[in-house]
Amino acid sequence: MKNKIILNPKELSIIIDRLCYELIENHSDFSHTILIGLQPRGVLFANRLITKLKKITSQDIKFGELDTTFFRDDFRRKKGILTPHETNINFNIEDFKVIFIDDVLFTGRTIRSALDAIGSFGRASSIELLVLINRRFSREIPIEPKYIGKSIDVFENEHVIVNWREDDKESNVVLLNN
Amino acid sequence: MKEFSSNHLLGIKDLSFDDIKLIFDIAENFKEVINRPIKKVPTLRDISVANLFFENSTRTKLSFELAEKRLSAEVLNFSSLGSSLSKGETLVDTVNNILAMKVDIVVVRHPDAGAASFLSQNVNASVINAGDGSHEHPTQALLDAFSIIEKIKDIKGKNILLLGDIKHSRVALSNIFCLQKLGANVRVCGPPTLIPKNISDLGVEVSFDLHDSLNWCDVVNVLRIQLERQNLKFFPSLREYTMMYGINREILDKISKEILILHPGPINRGVEITSDVADSNQSIILDQVENGVAIRMAILYLLASKIKIS
Repeated sequence: MKNKIILNPKELSIIIDRLCYELIENHSDFSHTILIGLQPRGVLFANRLITKLKKITSQDIKFGELDTTFFRDDFRRKKGILTPHETNINFNIEDFKVIFIDDVLFTGRTIRSALDAIGSFGRASSIELLVLINRRFSREIPIEPKYIGKSIDVFENEHVIVNWREDDKESNVVLLNN
Repeated sequence: MKEFSSNHLLGIKDLSFDDIKLIFDIAENFKEVINRPIKKVPTLRDISVANLFFENSTRTKLSFELAEKRLSAEVLNFSSLGSSLSKGETLVDTVNNILAMKVDIVVVRHPDAGAASFLSQNVNASVINAGDGSHEHPTQALLDAFSIIEKIKDIKGKNILLLGDIKHSRVALSNIFCLQKLGANVRVCGPPTLIPKNISDLGVEVSFDLHDSLNWCDVVNVLRIQLERQNLKFFPSLREYTMMYGINREILDKISKEILILHPGPINRGVEITSDVADSNQSIILDQVENGVAIRMAILYLLASKIKIS
């Protein structure tokens, strides 16, 4: 197995800053916007993004965590149990602008299930998708992100791993080749 | 990777600690789901469930039906009243006829102990025991333990009292198995005629003294007097039972700590528990009902995940 670093800590930090400014450019006032981190790994990314966004805007940013397990389309198709994670959305999203946040966009199926799952909390006025890594040419469903950290072209047997460390100076994105 | 150990839920006796923990973990997620503005998920949309109730039930039947519908399963309800059973059809024939309609999971309540186990060996579907005679009522025990943990966090080493009609109660036996597997100390208390002779062989304490038992316990699960299963008189009168073993405010005020009170329902108000206690802050009876739906959703989810796509 050979590892290749796609994003080093410094590049990761620059990308998070840029994504924050893109969000500010499109939303400016966040009073009617909710950021939703997709469990499990999208939440880790969303936490970094929100910390930065709060620092830049000095605004209160509404944030939730969404688990899509019960809405997935591969139930009974995999060995073992699909184990859910926590969902934390303590507000009605009716007429709010929702931004889904995930670390890696691959087939698009998680996002499809998230689109179904978020409907349980009301009807959002709009839904956007922000991802750190966009794996191009691997989509199984017609879903594309609005905000992209970095787009990459990789083979199907290659895995993209985002390593979040307590000290972000050690966080990075790695490509694993099996 | 986590796996549920069985294709059926026949009793708590067959479950491991890990199975129970897995059910509780999944149930926590479903508890959040049933508190959303829209409480339905599509997970079991390609699963059919038959609820076969050969004995009366209100809350268990409703709770299972709601759990199934919130998981988007196809639901088929069967009640023995007015069915072909009265024309001499056997249990296996009745169930196999229902299964011929492509049913994946059977929820069964039956007056005879062992009925769910018997079905699991003779029909081609996952079987969930919703109560078999005086034997087991596994989902009730799971929701009881889940409700206790929700309030007191760790059940290990806690003293839990089962009070009342232990002899005729399937809830009692399932509770004993479940609480012991989770590490609790279990004591049973009631009139000697309603405590099975060899119950201490299960590792539970036995007491006939209500006041002493209430002082001992952190949690009391007050069981209903099962009048429908008592062909003989086990105590002179309901009034005497209430005087000796009924829970009321006066008795609770005499003990040094505040204990948690459960009741599996239906309550005989004024017999085993007074209304003011049943409706007090110490009582978690309605939490039990809410948790019952989440626990049953978790069990259906875990069993359905083992049914292969045909």
